[in-house]
Amino acid sequence: MKSEILQLQKRFQLESFDFGNYLELLQKKLKVHQDKCNSFVTLLNPTLKREGVLSGVPYALKDNFSTKGILTTASSNTLKNYIPVYNATVYEKLLESGALLVGKTTMDEFGMGATGTTGHTGVVTNPFDETRQAGGSSAGSAAVVASGILPFALGSDTGDSVRKPAAYCGIVGYKPTYGLISRYGMFPFASSLDHVGVLTRTVKDAAIVVDQIKGQDPKDMTSIDSSQIHLQKRLENKENKHKKLFYLKEIMDIDRYENPSEDLKETFALFEKTLVKAKELGWSVQSESIDVTLLEALASSYMCISCAEATSNLSNLTGIIFGLRGKSNQINEMIKESRTDGFSPLIKRRLVIGSYVLQKENQEKYFKNAMRVRKLIVDRMNELFQTYDALILPCGEGRAKLLDGSKNSFSKEVAVLENHMVIGNFGGFPSITIPNGYIKGLPVGINLTGAVRDDENLLEIADSLEEKIDFQLFGGEK
Amino acid sequence: MELTPTIGIEMHCEMKSHSKVFSTARNTYSEEANIHVAPVDIALPGILPVVNYECVKKAIKAAFILNCEVPKWMMFDRKNYYYPDLPKGYQITQNREPVGQNGKITIPFAEKELEVFIHDIHLEEDTAQLEHIGEVSYINYNRSGVPLLELVTEPCFHSKEEVVAFIEYIRRVYQYADISDADVAKGQIRCDVNISLSKTEELGVKVEVKGVSFLALADVIDYEIKRQMDLFAKGKEQEIIQETRRWDESQCETIHMRSKANAIDYKYFAEPNIPTIPISEEWKEEIRNEIPVMPLERLKRYMNDYGLSRVESNTLLKEKEISDYFETCLRIGIDAKIACNWITGSVLGYMNKEGIPITKVLLKPADLNFIIERIQDGTLSSKQAKEIVLQVLQTGKNPSEFITLDSAQISDETLLEAMCDEIILNNQAQKEAYLNGKSNLFEFFVGQVMKMSKGKANPVKTREILKKKLDEIC
Repeated sequence: MKSEILQLQKRFQLESFDFGNYLELLQKKLKVHQDKCNSFVTLLNPTLKREGVLSGVPYALKDNFSTKGILTTASSNTLKNYIPVYNATVYEKLLESGALLVGKTTMDEFGMGATGTTGHTGVVTNPFDETRQAGGSSAGSAAVVASGILPFALGSDTGDSVRKPAAYCGIVGYKPTYGLISRYGMFPFASSLDHVGVLTRTVKDAAIVVDQIKGQDPKDMTSIDSSQIHLQKRLENKENKHKKLFYLKEIMDIDRYENPSEDLKETFALFEKTLVKAKELGWSVQSESIDVTLLEALASSYMCISCAEATSNLSNLTGIIFGLRGKSNQINEMIKESRTDGFSPLIKRRLVIGSYVLQKENQEKYFKNAMRVRKLIVDRMNELFQTYDALILPCGEGRAKLLDGSKNSFSKEVAVLENHMVIGNFGGFPSITIPNGYIKGLPVGINLTGAVRDDENLLEIADSLEEKIDFQLFGGEK
Repeated sequence: MELTPTIGIEMHCEMKSHSKVFSTARNTYSEEANIHVAPVDIALPGILPVVNYECVKKAIKAAFILNCEVPKWMMFDRKNYYYPDLPKGYQITQNREPVGQNGKITIPFAEKELEVFIHDIHLEEDTAQLEHIGEVSYINYNRSGVPLLELVTEPCFHSKEEVVAFIEYIRRVYQYADISDADVAKGQIRCDVNISLSKTEELGVKVEVKGVSFLALADVIDYEIKRQMDLFAKGKEQEIIQETRRWDESQCETIHMRSKANAIDYKYFAEPNIPTIPISEEWKEEIRNEIPVMPLERLKRYMNDYGLSRVESNTLLKEKEISDYFETCLRIGIDAKIACNWITGSVLGYMNKEGIPITKVLLKPADLNFIIERIQDGTLSSKQAKEIVLQVLQTGKNPSEFITLDSAQISDETLLEAMCDEIILNNQAQKEAYLNGKSNLFEFFVGQVMKMSKGKANPVKTREILKKKLDEIC
């Protein structure tokens, strides 16, 4: 599919193009969108920079990227007045590329949560249906890109926080190989699982943006040398080789679900349709297996590991140096007040879980077993990637959930289907969600996950499928 | 068996490095608070640690010196706890696989040697510094993230003297290997002391005293042994419990902090932001080659091979640079004893007076060699030599510049003979007395020649000539 970034830049070249008018109109659209979806914690007034690959291209950052002099809250009361003194590496890179930061987007507090409803500035709604969630935690970034106002936004992805809202909002969500993009300056949730990700409207735009922000960073020891990876170039010169995809039969066997919902049936039908398209491309699609016990342990293992790391990562929030200061003049009380008043119940619950699973007497049973599950699944995936190019699965049971949670039916049997994208974080695998059609007017996505460092190949697969899938983008530059 | 104390030590020492162990801020002592602080050191959201390889290298070096097993990987862990001096709410340390394990080192102790067993040594980061003034507490983050080496001994000491000798020796070792300045005045060394008393081979109940400065170490051990001894004497040994105590400097006593039941669970886990760093065999070899000869080996050599006394040797070994200076002197041919005398006398005297280290001393070993050779060839008297040494120390000029015709000894035999003839001629009475057996008058003639030459006559040659001339007469 075409690149909206390149299209926009082509318009900038026109003699008749008035950038002042463009920015004014952009501001108006953003305000309308904000009133509707509440995607932003902070809206900015950007001015044009005429240099760089992304010169003039407007974008938004999730509000957990450190931006010098610009309020950065992670959608938490603990940081509601926090103004950073340094820039995240990705922001530095985007500044250099000439892109225009228009605002910082609402998220689930510190990236924990998948609903977009827990931020301190309120709920983010789905641009397709205001009674529904945008998904999270990169809720605002997904909603604003879905509305067609911005060609891209950055998010962070610890479990599926870029790829899930992308699915619910009918856009592309891409989380590259762990280390491809520096995490320096991204507020951590769970460091071993945290990835910077992009939300775009086309695969090509995801490639263009990631090409700009990737790279080994001396400030992030886990970042990797990717000087041999050129994503955009690869999409322009595809290998067009035979691709081998696989899905997991433990997830895709409809007979395993006792009372499949209408959404689930439709999701499966859309998935089948896409597999047919893949075959039309001359690719093979096979069914493979991962021990169902392991798959069923995915969600709880993720909970143990991510909460453990989070409880440690968020220990800097004491209100002593920065953030919400407790009023007591006794130090322990002061810290307690800051954290009691600052964190929402969801965060507190996760911090308690994290603390519990790390305790000496529990660590073996919970944290270390979770790490073992992680390793077993990753080993199995690496084994499968010896044969296959990518794993293909639906992103979840169906449409975005209703904001009125009482109507969200929770069925245990779809847990694995809803949580499998965590595999990408466990292994640091590149993973991308693309739109896969509509169910009753609401978008759903399909997810592709590839081998570590095989980002070029994964994006080629995603781009080729994107072209074949019948999907009408919402809004956007026409 | 008698009631015997057993002591184990955890010695924390701030390391010397250009920047901090996980940040780019400078690692340097400063009187001014909060000027060497990077975002990492105050744990701003989003920061990541970056390992300083200089510190890793020095930690490996320390592990080798302590004859530890060094693993194939450098790994870091998080130690989680809340304290106002710990900005991240966790300390990055090494828990699973310390850089050095199961070591031992022989130290000089009371004219003998003592073997000390090392449980482990690991690299970690220091906390910020708290200062309590009245009702207000101040936090200085200059120290936050300073590299720290923690050395944990086995419980293998039985007296405060052994402990103090060990810490003293390790300080010197760290200084020799350029690992740390180990400066006590700057508070670079802090110890946790574990003390137990027992009448049997089995160890007694362990009491830990935390955060002891080097200067308080002996007092703390004295106090704690006495406290426990007294409880035994009163038959109240069951009151000795496994606990952590602290030292109250003003009251000079240890105070209960927490019992074992209330011990903190640090919830250790692998630091996810630092990949394991391979320690290759080549790197190990390179580091091993950089380790200088340690003070104990030097001490043995100075005493056994060079015949220096223990006191002299220890004076030379006080600093590696002094010892190196001495060894350079030997290498260019100066006799050990002579070199030792000049260094411990004139050179150290001058350094102490001026308050400068030997690296700033302008008199180089080659200068010293030149001056000593001039004594040996009779050009200079030792008194003159001392003066010239002082002049070179002050000016750094070539010593030959101070040896003028005027200052040089008179060794010219014709000149000396003429002087001797004149003295004998002018002192006929003394000559007669000498010839009649008053042999101690010989010194009178020597004195007269010295007086006449204003002290410059070569005393050895003068004696030879006088002897010859006076004996000729008889």
